[in-house]
Amino acid sequence: MERDRRKKKSQFIMAMNRLKRNRMAVAGLVIITVMVLASVCAPVIAPYGYEQQDLYHIFAPPGNGHIFGTDNLGRDIFSRLLYGGRQSLKIGVVSVAMASAVGILVGCGAGYYGGRVDNLIMRFLDVFQAVPALLMSIAIATTLGPGINNAMLAIGITTIPGYARMTRASFMSVRGMEYVEAAAAINATDLRIILKHILPNAISPMIVQITMGVASSILAAASLSFMGLGAQPPLPEWGAMLSAGRTYIRDYPHLCMIPGATIMLAVLSLNMLGDGLGDALDPRLKN
Amino acid sequence: MRTEQVLEVQHLKTYFPTQKGILHAVDDVSFSMEKGKTLGVVGESGCGKSTLGRTILHLLESTDGRILFHGEDVTRVDRRRLRKLREHMQIIFQDPFSSLNPRMSVREIIKEPLILKGGRTRQEMEEKVEELMDVVGLDRRLAFSYPHELDGGRRQRIGIARALALDPEFLVCDEPVSALDVSIQAQILNLMEDLQEERGLTYMFITHDLSVVRYISHEIAVMYLGQIVEKAPAEELFSHAFHPYTKALLSAIPVPDIHTKRKRILLKGELTSPVNPKPGCRFRSRCPYECEECRKPQELREIMPAHYAACHISRELAGMPDFPKGL
Repeated sequence: MERDRRKKKSQFIMAMNRLKRNRMAVAGLVIITVMVLASVCAPVIAPYGYEQQDLYHIFAPPGNGHIFGTDNLGRDIFSRLLYGGRQSLKIGVVSVAMASAVGILVGCGAGYYGGRVDNLIMRFLDVFQAVPALLMSIAIATTLGPGINNAMLAIGITTIPGYARMTRASFMSVRGMEYVEAAAAINATDLRIILKHILPNAISPMIVQITMGVASSILAAASLSFMGLGAQPPLPEWGAMLSAGRTYIRDYPHLCMIPGATIMLAVLSLNMLGDGLGDALDPRLKN
Repeated sequence: MRTEQVLEVQHLKTYFPTQKGILHAVDDVSFSMEKGKTLGVVGESGCGKSTLGRTILHLLESTDGRILFHGEDVTRVDRRRLRKLREHMQIIFQDPFSSLNPRMSVREIIKEPLILKGGRTRQEMEEKVEELMDVVGLDRRLAFSYPHELDGGRRQRIGIARALALDPEFLVCDEPVSALDVSIQAQILNLMEDLQEERGLTYMFITHDLSVVRYISHEIAVMYLGQIVEKAPAEELFSHAFHPYTKALLSAIPVPDIHTKRKRILLKGELTSPVNPKPGCRFRSRCPYECEECRKPQELREIMPAHYAACHISRELAGMPDFPKGL
């Protein structure tokens, strides 16, 4: 039946079709998918354990049985990268999930109800944002004590205002549209207006920001680990590996360069994906 | 035959607090509407016509006055009763490009009021949607299209179908054709006329387009800065305007005949601000007949049967064909 065929062409599928045409975004998606899969399957793929030392070959250069070489303690860098990805990507995803959940909720309220509610929320966030984000996460991480979970919490908390502000801004622009008024005229409740009329039309900049937010959280986690506030040895994490390699950067640059390049690749591919999503999610753009 | 009164608005006021003071968007407006008739509301942009329409549907809170829908005051009912009343009062919006949710298909848009009302099975709703699409002249195969895939005329038909979904008897039409091409305007206006005839709909037709309002209205109210300055049956207003503002407004209609010499009345000055207006006639700063008497508040008075004007010299002006020389 013709009707059923048209019905199945949902907006999600149409957006995915548009995304497919964007080569950069597809490349980003492929790279990040490979990274996630590799990290998840680390115990299967990794040639060595992340703690396993090969004391005959410390500081081994890439190649010769160790694809990316070994570090100062003779541990296989490739294996550590795979295990480290679990921590780094987890920090990125979980902290963004926390921050965006709270931020979007708060931003919804501020943007939809406006007025006094909005003022109260926004002034609170102003105070929050007056402290530089990195300083704030350092403060939180130090207070709670070093460790992966606290680093995630610290990064999540400091990035809340960004999500709240963006949600509020796009809510306010959509709130003024006539279809929101039309929904009120046909007796839609506030909740229905927010969920069905405003959110779907305000969400595309949020999805973009969330995707890119994962990238910046990975970076922030790397910074925290670099300062010793993130992952604790011997647990590998990309930022921590980078900071551990710093001491030997003159003689054995691969200790820094390999985790650095991995972070860069992850961030870059997430940003490319986010950019492509931004274009693909706009239903008004024709294929 | 006695006609049934659908809506009566008494001394309605809608004020908005602004930084500079209180904005009198709708200021002491009274009128009533009969079943099956169209009241055209004309005026320049910013005169409060749209605010008036939205206040009547209680999409905006009124400051004072009463809105009686079949004798029941819309401004004083509780939420539940208001929901019930709104099923009988709907609105058609000006811009068909922003009044439809771009994430919803045509079918979903038309079905939404039915879902919200409840009491129908899924099957019945689908049938009702198809019926509504037929009524407004939308091809059924468009049911799964999205608004951005359709042209302005079709989109406006969707808006009309959505407004008709709950079988209302009163519709506020907020410039429903201003955003459309002229050829499409005629189609939509004809559709609206047919619907009025078939369903006995009552329209409050808000527009700034004088040719459109003349075509569709039975009665016309002219608004200036939140107040009705003149109200009369359509043809009567076009042939004998009393209020100086109406006269100036009517003189601005383009005539498609190059041989007709028209005297355009050009108004001087800017629209006075609707924020904290002074008492008295609001048009007086631009009016060629301005005098001491104009400082007093002007009431809408019946000058001729069913013809009201809010100007103290209306009676004298009635005799005059146009503005005096030299203005």
